[in-house]
Amino acid sequence: MNSFVRLQGLTKRYNDATALEDVNLEVKRSEVITVIGPNGSGKTTLLRMMAFLDKPTEGEIYFDGGKVDDNNRNHLRTKCTMVFQKTALFDATVYNNIAYGLRMRKRSKGEIKERILEILELVRLEGYEKRQTKKLSGGEQQRVSLARALVLNTELLLLDEPTANLDPRNATIIEEAITRVNREYDTTVVATTHNMFQAEDTTERVALLLNGRIAEIGTASEIFRNASKNLASFARLENVFSGISKTRKDGTSLIEINDNLWIEAASRKEGKATILVRPEDVIVSRKTVNSSARNVLAGKIVGISDMGSTVKLNVDVGKPFVAQITKRSFSEMRLNLNSEVFLTFKASSVYMV
Amino acid sequence: MKRMGAESMWEILEGVGKVILLFGNPVVLETTFRSIVVSGTATLLSALLGIPLGVLIGFKDFAGKRFVKTIFNALLGVPTVALGLILYLAFSHSGFLGFLDLLYTPVGIMIGQAILIVPIMISLVIHAVESVDPDVMDLARTLGASETEASFAVLRESTAGVTLAFISCFNRAIAELGVAVSVGGNIRGWTRMLTTTIALEARTGEIEYSIAMAAILLLIVFAVTLVINLIQGRRL
Repeated sequence: MNSFVRLQGLTKRYNDATALEDVNLEVKRSEVITVIGPNGSGKTTLLRMMAFLDKPTEGEIYFDGGKVDDNNRNHLRTKCTMVFQKTALFDATVYNNIAYGLRMRKRSKGEIKERILEILELVRLEGYEKRQTKKLSGGEQQRVSLARALVLNTELLLLDEPTANLDPRNATIIEEAITRVNREYDTTVVATTHNMFQAEDTTERVALLLNGRIAEIGTASEIFRNASKNLASFARLENVFSGISKTRKDGTSLIEINDNLWIEAASRKEGKATILVRPEDVIVSRKTVNSSARNVLAGKIVGISDMGSTVKLNVDVGKPFVAQITKRSFSEMRLNLNSEVFLTFKASSVYMV
Repeated sequence: MKRMGAESMWEILEGVGKVILLFGNPVVLETTFRSIVVSGTATLLSALLGIPLGVLIGFKDFAGKRFVKTIFNALLGVPTVALGLILYLAFSHSGFLGFLDLLYTPVGIMIGQAILIVPIMISLVIHAVESVDPDVMDLARTLGASETEASFAVLRESTAGVTLAFISCFNRAIAELGVAVSVGGNIRGWTRMLTTTIALEARTGEIEYSIAMAAILLLIVFAVTLVINLIQGRRL
């Protein structure tokens, strides 16, 4: 068996609530596997057990061929590391944050310094050694968290929504660093996301986690094609809509989501269709903007979430629609709950299956 | 009444004038030194018991935790005169701790002050440990720390809070009067403290000593408060 990590009948209960139910998953050595699922589907619980932070209520974990138990759990914890979704930092400098794990592994001062300088370059934080982490921006803090994990060069890297709340620039830096580490050191990576697009970019395997169970494993497009099977759960993912698509003369399609909501897509399809729109691809404005973008939806802001360097807006356009903008544009536009806004996006930004 | 007021004003001003000269006076220096040593040692004693206990209570979840915390919070406000009286009775020859010969000794005051401030130490350490980001423990563990090392990581995060506990305890100890009077007895050259001098010498015609020492005590307390503010400022 060439599985590096094997989860067998893994169940986790907290008091009466079941977070995971009979999860079976094999992770191959050196692969990057994405676990996708809506919020509350058990992604974090799954990662925490793979990081040996929590014990399963039932089931077994096999790591590198050996069964995990109370005797080896503490030792195995040094062979993997997890980056939490909510950035956790020691109240110390960037240097001391990143050095912590190396010091726990009793590395020499010289080696620690050398490795930290290397890793800071990888996450593009050169010269940040002496900065206090608590005073950095959200994106920089998340990059410190990643650097602190990457510097350990563990065999298994667990990433809980590594780029979920970041602006595109920070997200790109983090994605590149993860890819490079996986290529250069053959690090096995398990990452979670609730954003279908993050999974869709990769050719690697994707596991769909719904209500604490693995519903499907395959490539992103395979899972996507079966979307209708799990439509109710998919709808809980951001900006996933289904409706009836009709092709138009100019080669685009018009999808009727409901009586008042029509979305134009660049691809052609007739009949039932599921579409996705990336929250980052949506332009938010107070007035209609002059652009070639084919989709302009008017709506009212019903929810605002601060994501650190970005702000996520829940806009009611007849259906709940999510747009992600930078904090700067958010404050420049002086947006509030109940603000009337226009959401603009190109037909080519609409992904259709 | 007005004349009386003016007279006291004059006395105070005169005292202030003498204060600067008295700063170098051997009796004042000795008393200041004794106060700092006694209250400083009391603070260390309270830390010896209070820090492990506070960390334990802060870390662990157990039934009755709230009750325990409430008890220690209530003990923060123990009147020093009441504690002084209890200790006087315990330490006197017929008392159950009489055999220790602690009455009218600096060590007696030390222990009395330590008992007075240990609830402050415990309460503030609990608070310091509990206000550390709960994720720090898991963070340390996933970076390869053992359970013990992870606990130390949490403790290190609470350093500022623990420092605050030390300072508050010292502040309370050096400024208290009840224990120092009842247990110490204000014996010149032996158990005389800054507070006992201020309270008792004012009536024996040595008011300038009282004023000088009050000024010194205020200086110490102000300095301590300043440090507290600096620490809190750094935290924000």
